[in-house]
Amino acid sequence: MTTLFTILFDGVAYGMLLFVLACGLAVTLGLMNFVNLAHGAFAMTGGYICAVLVNSSGWPFFAALPLAFVTAALIGVALERTLYRHLYTRSHLDQVLFTIGLTFMSVAAVDYIMGSSRIFIKLPAALEGQFDFFGVGIGRYRLMIIVICGLLTVALQLILAKTRFGSRLRAAVDDPRAASGLGINVPQVFAFTFAFGCGLAGLGGALSAEILGLDPYFPLKFMIYFLIVVTVGGSSSITGPFLASLLLGIGDVAGKYYVPKMGPFVIYTIMIVILIWRPNGLFGRAAAR
Amino acid sequence: MSIRSQILLAAGSVAAMLALAPAYAQETVKIGLILPMTGGQASTGKQIDNAVKLYMQQNGDTVAGKKIEVILKDDGAVPDNTKRLAQELIVNEKVNFIAGFGVTPAALAAAPLATQAKIPEIVMAAGTSIITERSPYIVRTSFTLAQSCTIIGDWAAKNGIKKVATLTSDYAPGNDALNFFKQNFTAGGGEIVEEVKVPLQNPDFAPFLQRMKDSKPDAVFVFVPAGQGGSFMKQYAERGLDKAGIKVIGPGDVMDDDLLNGMGDAALGTVTAHLYSAAHPSAANKEFVAAYKKAFGQRPGFMAVGGYDGIRLIYEALKKTGGKTDGDALIAAMKGAKWESPRGPIMIDPETRDIVQNIYIRKVEKVDGELYNVEFATFEAVKDSGKTKK
Repeated sequence: MTTLFTILFDGVAYGMLLFVLACGLAVTLGLMNFVNLAHGAFAMTGGYICAVLVNSSGWPFFAALPLAFVTAALIGVALERTLYRHLYTRSHLDQVLFTIGLTFMSVAAVDYIMGSSRIFIKLPAALEGQFDFFGVGIGRYRLMIIVICGLLTVALQLILAKTRFGSRLRAAVDDPRAASGLGINVPQVFAFTFAFGCGLAGLGGALSAEILGLDPYFPLKFMIYFLIVVTVGGSSSITGPFLASLLLGIGDVAGKYYVPKMGPFVIYTIMIVILIWRPNGLFGRAAAR
Repeated sequence: MSIRSQILLAAGSVAAMLALAPAYAQETVKIGLILPMTGGQASTGKQIDNAVKLYMQQNGDTVAGKKIEVILKDDGAVPDNTKRLAQELIVNEKVNFIAGFGVTPAALAAAPLATQAKIPEIVMAAGTSIITERSPYIVRTSFTLAQSCTIIGDWAAKNGIKKVATLTSDYAPGNDALNFFKQNFTAGGGEIVEEVKVPLQNPDFAPFLQRMKDSKPDAVFVFVPAGQGGSFMKQYAERGLDKAGIKVIGPGDVMDDDLLNGMGDAALGTVTAHLYSAAHPSAANKEFVAAYKKAFGQRPGFMAVGGYDGIRLIYEALKKTGGKTDGDALIAAMKGAKWESPRGPIMIDPETRDIVQNIYIRKVEKVDGELYNVEFATFEAVKDSGKTKK
């Protein structure tokens, strides 16, 4: 019984991590209708920034995390202003080709600068190991992930639903022309949103180095997981991807524990079943566009 | 196959035949070094390339009156590239040796070309047993997985480890490792209590490790590709398997010297069987490690030693043939070659053209603040037991 809780706990932590990594993609894809396959590259950037700061410059881990967010966001905004915005009106195929090219470039660049071997971030001792909670093994690091990601999710939902910026963003997405007619600076809203999504990915990358491993192939290896989260969750809100991440995280961990032979397929089976049942994802709007 | 590609193939074979004609008295001997210099296996390629450069610096680039020229090509560990590059090297560059090969599929892809062109293929990394059976021109200076896995199986059974859970990556070398270990461990009276094959692209070891922990073994036998070893060890410690008294054993690939320090103290106490440790206490090795560190600023791993011995084998063979580059003569010269490598005494088995070497049982310990595999038992002159039974 206690094992069941440990599995559940690990699954939730894994799912939360997937969510932080993928929710930026849900935002660009769902809200801005832009296919950004280079999303993982921003996550990788955040991870490497954090690793360099902690391992080489001796920064404390918790100080390096926000910087991973900020750096990834800044790179995101720079690229958005110079490259991405020219592609907003292009076809999805153009967007896919462009961003996959960007991904390959990022892989090659990081391989060149940092080397191709997997790197780790030195963690403070307080985050290592597991403690026992009524017989349930709780990993300290995973607990931290759940706390950070849980807070982020709540904050995101509040920003989108309650703030003026949230309503501007939703207006800009629903009808960019009418929104700009009302005096909303649509390009600015998009740039900010895009940067924020990239920042989240950067933070996710830094958090995931310990669990998923960080190497130059990160953007390619995990692209499929991000896409699964967004497809299963639907891309019209962030609640969808959030629940999808949790479902996939728990499904993946439990599947690998209980049926190790079938382990790797569980996540795909869940995806197929859900998509047959609801082709637009769990919370997708039926044929919104 | 289209007509065009058939013509190309025919043209390629004719060109390859022409390239064989050993009649030209060459002034240079060319070695085509095909390695993964980019991609996930790049650390293998870099180590071998470094070691080859180091050997040539130390021993000069002239042997038996011939100048040695190494042409490095990057195959990114993709067998299709290996084959194409090998063909280009043989046909256009007229190389006298092809060497390197980071992974088994790459070594196998080049095998038919070595046979056709009758030039030696020196395998400096790839470790599956069957490789040397694929061409009479293949010689290996690295290792086979069977060598280390059978030895660790024997050792575990004799040293109080009764129940073992295995965790291996689900690909050919992983399955090889598992089978050789299982065969010797169970023959020695051990029991496998849990057998898990993890996907090669595995993001998270957590669920598998939890399963290992719950099956309460004496030790976990692990084989994952280089690079994932660090993730495995970290999560092993995170989940408290070390505190539950579960040891980690395996072939030494997992505890590669160039990754070991990054794993942190979680790796302490891990027992592996392998051919080389940078801490091997011999004069030849101390000299090698010091020279390698000086030249490249890092510790050599077992891949570097495979490359170092590979280029040395080429030099020795050329000395024996007096600079003649006839493929058959070179292979004959390599068979039975014996020397003191940084890893200890080694020999090329005259029958299988595979390497015969000592396998050491090592434990990860802290030496001068760094992690090293410290050897504490030696199995001498271990042959590859994975060859097809004849």
